[in-house]
Amino acid sequence: MKPKLSLLDQALVSRIIEEACQLLLKPGIKVQNAEARKLLADVGAQVDEENMVVRIPEQIVHKALETVPHEFKLYDYEGNPKVQYGGDAVHFDPGSSGISVLLPDTLEHKTAESEDLIRVLKVAESLPQYDAQSTAVVCHDVPKDLHDLYRLYLVMLYSKKPIVTGAFSNTTVHHMLDMLAIFSGGRDALRTKPRAVFDVCPSPPLIWSNFGAGQLIVLARAGVPAEIVSMPLAGAASPVTLLGSVTQHAAECLSGIVIHQLAHAGSPIVWGGAPAIFDMRKGGTPFGAIETAMIDSSYAQVGKHLGLPTHAYLGATEAKVLDTQAGLESGMGVLVGALSGINMISGSGMLDSLLCQSPEKLVTDAEGIAMAKRMIDGMKVQTEMLATGFYEGVNFKGGDFLKQKITMQLFREEQHMPGKVIDRDSMRGWRESGSMDTFARARIRVKEILASYQRPELDPIHEADLRTFVLDLAHQAGLDKLPSLEEIQLV
Amino acid sequence: MSEDIEKLYKDMAQSIIDGDSDISVELAQKAIAINMPPLDAITKGFVVGVNYIGDQFGLGEAFLPELVMAGEAMKAAVATLEPELLKLGEARETMGRVVLATVEGDIHEIGKTLVGTMLSASGFEVTDLGVDQPAEKIIGKALEINASIIGLSALLTTTMVRQRELIEELDKENLRPRIKVMVGGAPITRDWATKIKADGTSEDAVGAVKLAKELVGKA
Repeated sequence: MKPKLSLLDQALVSRIIEEACQLLLKPGIKVQNAEARKLLADVGAQVDEENMVVRIPEQIVHKALETVPHEFKLYDYEGNPKVQYGGDAVHFDPGSSGISVLLPDTLEHKTAESEDLIRVLKVAESLPQYDAQSTAVVCHDVPKDLHDLYRLYLVMLYSKKPIVTGAFSNTTVHHMLDMLAIFSGGRDALRTKPRAVFDVCPSPPLIWSNFGAGQLIVLARAGVPAEIVSMPLAGAASPVTLLGSVTQHAAECLSGIVIHQLAHAGSPIVWGGAPAIFDMRKGGTPFGAIETAMIDSSYAQVGKHLGLPTHAYLGATEAKVLDTQAGLESGMGVLVGALSGINMISGSGMLDSLLCQSPEKLVTDAEGIAMAKRMIDGMKVQTEMLATGFYEGVNFKGGDFLKQKITMQLFREEQHMPGKVIDRDSMRGWRESGSMDTFARARIRVKEILASYQRPELDPIHEADLRTFVLDLAHQAGLDKLPSLEEIQLV
Repeated sequence: MSEDIEKLYKDMAQSIIDGDSDISVELAQKAIAINMPPLDAITKGFVVGVNYIGDQFGLGEAFLPELVMAGEAMKAAVATLEPELLKLGEARETMGRVVLATVEGDIHEIGKTLVGTMLSASGFEVTDLGVDQPAEKIIGKALEINASIIGLSALLTTTMVRQRELIEELDKENLRPRIKVMVGGAPITRDWATKIKADGTSEDAVGAVKLAKELVGKA
């Protein structure tokens, strides 16, 4: 029996979808992209060009929901399917687009550069809990024009895993698709076996910016999966009620899917988001808040009801260091996400909301992910009789179950073995191994991973083509050369 | 009579604390009707409420919705009294004038609006131009109202570069240090603020008020 968390009953799911469709008519959706407005007008949506407000009738929404795929896969470098979007499959990737990293020695939140992203990539590559990489931090040692695509460049050089990424402009998205196509063997091959999904963000409340809608159109036509990251902020940029925010999320996603499917029917897209409640004391957006997780779980339920692949931002925290708050918030978020059957859960490694990545947190979060995965694996009926077959010869003696063959056969299936970051030692053992807390153990684990990491073997022609392509863009951005990278001799 | 006046001041303060714009406007009209000096209504009545909510917020006892609603009630009361102030040729004494805006190409405004509310509550006169504002418009407004601070918000890594452009424009026109520039937004780091020669940055609205006070020499 697989456990499943449902915060909404069926009637509530229907009401959310119904009211979301009402929002698409009144007040409508602001669409700041002319091409998207034209696509909508052409199928009969009512467009107020002056105010860029579009009213989308329900039948247009239903039409889009008929053509949108219910599942798709992401592939690794070698073309093996590794991530299943759709159904109740659960995957995790590190939180993306942080601007700083936690330095373990000084606890400083240092502005991120290439070497920091590479550390994050190496750690995430080595941990099986992360089914995909993300373009985890922005590297400030390259010019702004290169920020989005340069992150992808480093991921492609240091990883073989599928990638959750996103572009920062309507120009660079084409470059990023071209980069992925170099490794896939062309744009058609990329479409058939996409390695990456691109995050695309509406702006709350109910706005598709020129950039956001532009991304939807480009990605739909490229046939590369788009992931809607709708982010209602309950009480500030969306209704204060959690259900009101879930409904706004639905309206933003539905309108996004309509634009996307109108640009190219049948292209894959994900019902995703990074909502949060709005903290009324500090004005922040707490991704570690339980209400944030409740919004995520609820909108995922709505997305599943519509038969769509799902995504959410969970497993992040507002804590600034790897402390108890970081652990409990990240752990709870990950567990809620897993129990909700969300296909891709982004956010691990993140401190200070989504601003600061930490390799040490990535290894700690991986333990939480493993626990959550064990949880959703559920209670298993392993034996014909649940217990009565175990007592022969036991004679009321504790410890005798350890001598049973079946214990040896089944303990690995019944119990998840945590890594060394989790302490289950005796007091004596703990003292003898240095009286370390979680952070100290995580630091050691990160050092071990970095020492044993080996860059994946990539086709040298692919790699050279990719470098030439990115170098050319760097030249256009006014850079003589790209930052030098350890392990890589630049051409 | 003076007891009535005392009661009116108290009600004014309370209307701000309650965040009730209808009542604060009603009380402002009452003040005009009984020929109460408009500056007295503001400083002895409404401002007392703003200060109270500001203090409570600082203590973690009041929350943003209360602060924002108090700011709205204050704004409505002052707007009602303003024509009277003008007639008398009087002006409120403020901490200084601030122009706030989100840079061109960026439509995020929650953080900026909060900074505006906090600055107003702390005695600054805030002109919030809103989102997606080109540099020349922001600078133009700052010159028009003789502002001492421009506060520039950017939430996107793609739009933060506009902060630098505005600062360069001010330098070109020799408008600094007369006009100081505070920058803010999720992707804004101290390194960035230093690099673009901004006068300061803060990660949150409380810090922004502290910075603004420093910049006008009233910390």
